[in-house]
Amino acid sequence: MTQRSLLEVEDLRVRFHLRTGLVEAVRGVSFKVGKERLGIVGESGSGKSQTARALLGLTPPPGEVLANRLTFDGIDLLAASRRTLRALRGGRMAMVMQDPKYSLNPVMTLGAQMVETYLAHTRAGIREAKEKALAMLEAVRLRDPERVFSLYPHEASGGMGQRAMIAMMLITDPDFLIADEPTSALDVTVQQEVLRILDALVDERGMGLIFISHDLRLVSSFCDRVLVMYGGKVMEELATGNLSDAQHPYTRGLMNCLPAISGSAHPLPTLERDPEWAR
Amino acid sequence: MTDATNDIASGERSRALLSFTLATGRFLLMLAVTIFGLLAVTFFIGRIVPVDPVLAVVGDRAPAHVYARVREEMGLDLPLWHQFAIYIGNVFRADFGNSILTSRPVVEDVIRYFPATMELATLGTFLGTLFGVPLGVAAAVKRGKFIDHVVRVIGLVGYSAPIFWLGLLGLLVFYSKLGWVAGPGRLDVTYEYMLTPVTGMVLVDSALAGDWAVFRNAVSHIALPSALLGYYSLAYISRMTRSFMLNELSQEYITTARVKGLSETRIIWFHALRNAAVPLITVIALSYAHLLEGSVLTETVFAWPGLGRYITNSLQNADMNAVLGGTLVIGLVFVAVNTFSDLLYRLFDPRTR
Repeated sequence: MTQRSLLEVEDLRVRFHLRTGLVEAVRGVSFKVGKERLGIVGESGSGKSQTARALLGLTPPPGEVLANRLTFDGIDLLAASRRTLRALRGGRMAMVMQDPKYSLNPVMTLGAQMVETYLAHTRAGIREAKEKALAMLEAVRLRDPERVFSLYPHEASGGMGQRAMIAMMLITDPDFLIADEPTSALDVTVQQEVLRILDALVDERGMGLIFISHDLRLVSSFCDRVLVMYGGKVMEELATGNLSDAQHPYTRGLMNCLPAISGSAHPLPTLERDPEWAR
Repeated sequence: MTDATNDIASGERSRALLSFTLATGRFLLMLAVTIFGLLAVTFFIGRIVPVDPVLAVVGDRAPAHVYARVREEMGLDLPLWHQFAIYIGNVFRADFGNSILTSRPVVEDVIRYFPATMELATLGTFLGTLFGVPLGVAAAVKRGKFIDHVVRVIGLVGYSAPIFWLGLLGLLVFYSKLGWVAGPGRLDVTYEYMLTPVTGMVLVDSALAGDWAVFRNAVSHIALPSALLGYYSLAYISRMTRSFMLNELSQEYITTARVKGLSETRIIWFHALRNAAVPLITVIALSYAHLLEGSVLTETVFAWPGLGRYITNSLQNADMNAVLGGTLVIGLVFVAVNTFSDLLYRLFDPRTR
C-alpha cells in the first residue's frame, strides 16, 4: 500500500460489562484501510458489526471501547470531542445500515431524512439541499426522484429504501463508507442491483469502504482485501486475488462450504470451529 | 435546520389534509352508529336499574291512583320500544326531562355543571402533559440514573396516594397555612354573580369580559385542584412517555440518526419523540376523557360544582333523568375525545393514512 491509510485500527477491544459478567465482543482487532475496499467476513457474533460501530463511536451504552490506536485521517477517535465525532459521522464517515425497514424513520419522508443529513453538515439552504437530495436519488438510479423524495419509508419497497439509504449516506460526499450487511435484508434479485449501484458510486467517488458481510464469495468479488473474523478476533487477512492461499483452517473451512455448481457434495461439509482460535 | 423541515412538513401536511377530509367523512357515519348505540345503552340501563322513578316523584306514601296517574304522565305505561322512540325524539330536541333534585331541565343543569368540569379537566391535562412528557423523556434518556428514580417516585406517589387526601393536605398547606391560593369553590362569594356566563368556564368568560380581577380570583381558586389533577395525570403520562421513548430509542432508525451526525437534542426531541407521540396521543386523550367524566373526589373536596358531583348526587337520590342525561353527555364526550385523538393520530403517523 503506497496510499496513506485513512483509518488505522490497532488492538481494538469492545467489551460489555453486564450483570452476568464481562462480554468481550471484539478482542484485539488491528487493520489499516486507505481509499480502498476492505471486506470483513465472519459468522454471527464474530464481532464484525461491533467493530464497525466502534469506528463510528456508536457502541451502545454499557459497552467500552479500548484501543492502542484508533485514528481517522490522523484524528484520534477515542480522544475526540463529541462535537468532532458528530462532524465526522455523516460528514466524512458514513454507514449504510442493514435493513431499510427499520433503519429509516417511519414518520419522516425519505426526502426529509436526506435533506436533514445534508443540512447537518453544510451551511446550505433548504432549496440547495433538496436539489442535492434529488440528484443523489438519481445517482442511485431511482426512476422518479421527485416521487421517491416525498415517499414515507413504508411506501417504498426494500430496494428503493436501501437505495435511498445509500443516497442519504453519500449526500455529504464522505471519504469513508461502512456498509454493514447492506443487502442481507433484500431479495436476491434486488441485491445484485443495489450492489452494482454501491460499487459504481464507491468507484466514482474514490471512497474508502469497509464492507461487512457473512458471504465470503460476495466479499471476495467486491473488495480488495478480506479480514476473516471469528470470536472477536481476526483469523486471517488476505488479498481477494489469492483466497486459495488461505492458511487458516477457519478460512479454508468457510471456502469449502461454498457450493460448487458441478458435482454434488455428500455429505455437505460442516464448518469446523476450534475454541483454541478464540483464545 | 428547522426552516428546512418546516418547508418539507408543509408539503406533507397538504397531502395529509386530503386524506384527513376523506377520513372525516367516513368518521361521521361511524359517529352516527356509535351515538345510536350510546342512546340505546343509556335508555335501557335507565329502565333496567331497580329504581322506581315514579316513587321518587310521589314518595312512598302516595295512594295507588296518584301513583298510577304519575306513571301515566311519565309515559312509563307505554311499551318499551315506544318509550325508546320518544326518548330518542326528546334527546334530539335536547330534552332530557326535568331533574327531580334541582327541578330544572337536565339540559340546563348539564350546561351549568359541565363547563366547570371541563375547565378543570382541560387545565389538569394541560399541566400533566406539559410536565409529564418532558419528565418521561428525561427518565428514558437517563435510564437508571438519578433523574429516572426521581420521576419514578413522583409517579408512584401520584398513583398510590388517594387524591382526596392530597387535596385536603393541599388545602391545609397552601390555603389554610400559607394562604397562597383561594379555598374551595370556583370564585369568592363577592365575585360569584358578577359574570355573565358565555362558555360557562370562569377563566374564559372573565378573560373575554376583560375582567381581570375576577380572572385572578378564578386562577387562585382553580390552581390547587387543577394542579392536583395535573399531578394525577402527570404520574400516568410520564410513565407511559418513558416506556414509549425507551422503545423508540432502541430502534435502528435512532442509530441511523446518530450515524448521520445529528445532535442528541434533535435525535431525542425530534426523531424519537415524534414516533413516541403516536401512541402517546391515545394515552393523553384517554386520561383527558377520564378527567372529563368528572373527578368526584376532587370536586367534592374542593366544592367544585362539576358534572361528577352532579351525577353522584342525582344517583343517590334516584334522579334518573339527571343520571341518564349526565351519562349521555359523558358518553358523547368520550366519543368526541376519541374522534379527535384518532384524527390527530392520522396526522402524526403516515402509516395510518
